[in-house]
Amino acid sequence: MNFTLHIWRQKNTQTDGSFFTYKISDIDSDTSFLEMLDQLNEQLIEKGEDCIVFDYDCREGICGTCSLVINGHPHGEKKATTTCQLYMRDYANQKELWIEPWRAKSFPIVKDLAVKRESFDRIIQSGGFISVSVGSAPEANSQLVNKDDADCAFDSATCIGCGACVAVCPNASASLFVAAKINHFERLPQGKIESKKRAERMINQMEEEGFGSCSNHRHCETVCPKEISVSNIAAMNNLL
Amino acid sequence: MQKFNSNIPTGPLENRWEKHKFNLALIAPQNRKKYNVIVIGTGLAGASLCATLGEAGYNVQSFCYNDSPRRAHSIAAQGGVNASKNYQNDSDSTWRLFYDTIKGGDFRARESNIYRLAQLSCNIIDQAVSQGVPFAREYSGYLANRSFGGTQVSRTFYARGQTGQQLLLGAYSSMSKEIASGRVKHKSRCEMLEVILIDGKARGIVVRDLTTGEISSHTADCVVMCTGGYSNAYYLSTNAKGCNTSATWRAHKNGAYFANPSFTQIHPTCVPPTGDSQSKLTLMSESLRNDGRIWAPKNKEDCDKNPNDILEEDRDYFLERMYPAFANLVPRDIASRALKGICDEGRGVGSVVNNQRLGVYLDFSSVIQKMGIDKVKEKYGNLFDMYKSITGENPYEVPMQIYPAPHYAMGGLWVDYNLMTTIDGLFACGEANFSDHGANRLGASALMQGLADGYFVAPHTVANYLARGQFEKVDNDHPEVLAAIESVKNRIDSLMNAPDPKHSPDYFHRKIGSILWTSCGMARDKDSLENAIASIEKLKADFWQKIKVTGVDKDFNQTLEKAGRVADFIELGHLMCVDALGREESCGAHSRLEYLAESGDAKRDDENFGYVAAWEYSDDKPLLHKEQLDFEFIKPTYRDYK
Repeated sequence: MNFTLHIWRQKNTQTDGSFFTYKISDIDSDTSFLEMLDQLNEQLIEKGEDCIVFDYDCREGICGTCSLVINGHPHGEKKATTTCQLYMRDYANQKELWIEPWRAKSFPIVKDLAVKRESFDRIIQSGGFISVSVGSAPEANSQLVNKDDADCAFDSATCIGCGACVAVCPNASASLFVAAKINHFERLPQGKIESKKRAERMINQMEEEGFGSCSNHRHCETVCPKEISVSNIAAMNNLL
Repeated sequence: MQKFNSNIPTGPLENRWEKHKFNLALIAPQNRKKYNVIVIGTGLAGASLCATLGEAGYNVQSFCYNDSPRRAHSIAAQGGVNASKNYQNDSDSTWRLFYDTIKGGDFRARESNIYRLAQLSCNIIDQAVSQGVPFAREYSGYLANRSFGGTQVSRTFYARGQTGQQLLLGAYSSMSKEIASGRVKHKSRCEMLEVILIDGKARGIVVRDLTTGEISSHTADCVVMCTGGYSNAYYLSTNAKGCNTSATWRAHKNGAYFANPSFTQIHPTCVPPTGDSQSKLTLMSESLRNDGRIWAPKNKEDCDKNPNDILEEDRDYFLERMYPAFANLVPRDIASRALKGICDEGRGVGSVVNNQRLGVYLDFSSVIQKMGIDKVKEKYGNLFDMYKSITGENPYEVPMQIYPAPHYAMGGLWVDYNLMTTIDGLFACGEANFSDHGANRLGASALMQGLADGYFVAPHTVANYLARGQFEKVDNDHPEVLAAIESVKNRIDSLMNAPDPKHSPDYFHRKIGSILWTSCGMARDKDSLENAIASIEKLKADFWQKIKVTGVDKDFNQTLEKAGRVADFIELGHLMCVDALGREESCGAHSRLEYLAESGDAKRDDENFGYVAAWEYSDDKPLLHKEQLDFEFIKPTYRDYK
């Protein structure tokens, strides 16, 4: 397979970036999208050029590190998939690929395709936890949890913090990310106690970080690799 | 340097940890803020330790190479976490978990450590539940369990296929709470490149900011390494791409002994390799072996047929045939070896890599028939989807293919009962140490160990170390600090400016990986290990001559990051082979072809090799120190899973 790649390159946060065009050929269809970029980087090393920086780690769709916008779609067009789980066979009909970083004020570009997502960490620090210290936990089965609640909590807790929801949102809102965490704890008896305070703090922090508000475009749930539902946002709003 | 002494307590096994804890020195709550601890790595061990030390009132500085502490590779653990709660009333107990773990490790680990681990296992579940970890539950609201890899009881707690992710998010949320309190100060995208030793004690580290290339020193009263394992030495492994040995290897070169480096686990249920461009292998949870049946064609001619066309009588359910009692659930090392044996016989299936078909079938058709497709979907849906997205094949219709892949390092920095290395004030927790899994780790035990170390062991032993020492402030212009920074800069300089720059870091990584996979993987023997050692020595020399790093060092430069890690993998790979060569026996995952029973099982030699091999670094030839393993409570037996 052969592709023309238009890749966003930017030296650092302060400078402007632009698209650079590269050609790559003889790519096997079983090659993953990131392995295709690995091969491009190998060619750049051969030519003595600086490699394209992009974020990745587990390459099995769970760590939330990888973050590319491909032809306008965060994590590509394939549903419920992270960038690292895309394979070139998914691009059999496309010859030209535009590859960009997440774009949002609260995710400044560090270099090329890599962005800084510490704003997400700070939102969690503002209240995304249950205030329990090691040592004070009661026997695990002393508090029963309705299975439906536990399953719903899990569905929300499955967020990998990748930021695709922000990248796709016209308002660059982090509502889905925040709501998923709030709802995860809200559904569990051990988390309910702090629910209201938690929600207030996290939402304040989200605004302080410069993320926008939700205006119901619902693009976030369509790009979420873990298929987190926007009903989380409704549940969050009910708490306020 | 502290003595090479395991500091194992004496007396009845059940009371050892209790007694030891009582004898540890304490620091009063109001004094704890005067102490500083550096924690490197924010996986289960690191994040749980940061949280616990912060809650206790210590000042913690933490570092990780990822862009957020939530992303450490602990997240990838799928199957579960063991605890001897005995909720299922199937005769489980602390003693049974202890026994299973020590037997699973083929009697190459310490009784005292493992017993402590088994005791603490229940506290982990309590802690995680109270943090809001959404474990699977029954309709009654009680916690659910399943049986997992190599045990006959249901003691594994799980959160669908994301147990590691959920446990890490629990630890990360607690750590975040402590960052908010100001007691933990965290820096992401930083890589530790040197330990700072002052008067023989670990007092700080040198890190490189991965986004700017800035080198900085950070000092404290002691240092804890929670930096994970080194399976990426094999290049293709199930580890995240960034997992590396650099932190542990720096510690080793500064005097910390490295224990049992050749004890690496090759996990049986991974998606088979397909070609040269592949960058990693993906693990399919071992829980699949609970219901899936593993088979290969009986006849070589059938190997390229559609598996659905192969008649039942032409299928060899080889694990069920070889190990009737445990069948598809035998421990990982045994399953991996059997799979390799089948493929080596020429009965493998799937794509041909290096003239061999590397794969066997993991078949769910009978389960789908029995349970119905919906039940199977509910139980394994996410794993099936993952398999489909990687391979493009639908496992509901065609059996999956699996092949073993490097997955976990039982070996690691040698630590005593307090989890302290042979460097005073340098601790190692989680996969970074060698302590609890012997020669083979059982499924669902890694999460247990990382969290036991971080929540319940190290917080006490680190405090004890701090309470018993005196720590003068170390200035940033201390000669040892400057020397450590200088050594890091020199090394980066050598990586950036090789005399004859020719090959990328990945080129060298594939080379060392291929040597280790061939000679120090699932099957090892004297000749091939000796050859491997010679090849690695040559590769090392080649590397420093020909490594090509483009870009500049004062920048976000992933090529430079990789180069530094590969340089350390090459040196570690050498030690892995030396260790494997010296251990003239087979045990657990260490399978020396010369020392296998006729059945293919490991033949241990307790009399001559019943020790932990702890290696001291030397420029010339590594020096072996032996820690004899005493079995006071369990008589080592032949590990029979038949």
